[in-house]
Amino acid sequence: MTGTLLTGGAGWAFAVFSVLALGAAVAVVVAKNPVHSALFLLASFLMVACIFFLQEAEFPGAVQILVYAGGIMVLFLFVIMLVHQRTAATTVAFQNQWDIALLFSVVFLLPFLYILGTETFPEIPQNPNALRMAGGHLVGNTEAVALVLYRSYLLPFEVASVFLLVAMVGAVVLGKRSVEKVD
Amino acid sequence: MTITINHVLVVSFLLFGIGLFGVLARRNFLTVLMSVELMMNAVNLNLVAFSKRLSDLTGQVFSVFVITIAAGEAAIGLALTISLFRQRKTLNVEEAHTLQG
Repeated sequence: MTGTLLTGGAGWAFAVFSVLALGAAVAVVVAKNPVHSALFLLASFLMVACIFFLQEAEFPGAVQILVYAGGIMVLFLFVIMLVHQRTAATTVAFQNQWDIALLFSVVFLLPFLYILGTETFPEIPQNPNALRMAGGHLVGNTEAVALVLYRSYLLPFEVASVFLLVAMVGAVVLGKRSVEKVD
Repeated sequence: MTITINHVLVVSFLLFGIGLFGVLARRNFLTVLMSVELMMNAVNLNLVAFSKRLSDLTGQVFSVFVITIAAGEAAIGLALTISLFRQRKTLNVEEAHTLQG
């Protein structure tokens, strides 16, 4: 059917994954201990990766698990371990303006949720398996993404690799202890 | 149960709003960074949902780039966290709001 993304059992799976992802996100924001926040963030990432798999986005889902869950969260946990303070459990979790922040977030979201809840997007014919086809053959999502990435989007790909180099050098420089020798 | 693009976009915006609240209202700088990652996740969900709906791979390619940039930004943010902690011995963002010292 045009316009629908998932039907039947996959729709219930999406409902379960999205409720778990939102619950884990709320737990990230509310938890006092940063280690708890990091683990709930990991759970949220995994649930969003499951939603990606439901949307025929197998390659972004796998990249999400590898990079976010396997790289970024490990980095976060290392840094939490390095800057861990014993007094962290007794401090307040939220800043002084948390009520204004909550009001702002809700007011920010309300127009979007209203529009998205009531808008009917135009019906367009959906090409089944379009996200797994490359050149007319059924090749799988990874190869299809690779063909698009390395042909049409080669320049952003190279720029992203330069960006990663800059980020790596910058992180090393920022993480160094300052040398306070004066000649 | 039939899931349309509207449902996925609502989930994406709710994730974004929760991350936004976390950025604005948490004291620990690491939790602020984690909330920024939540917001980027929401954007990725939006991109992938539209990519499926329009049967176009561009959204998925873009989401791979967003994940890449998020990884680089998390690395820099965490290096800044360590630097901030060395300077002020605290991760409380309310003690760093004057940009002094």
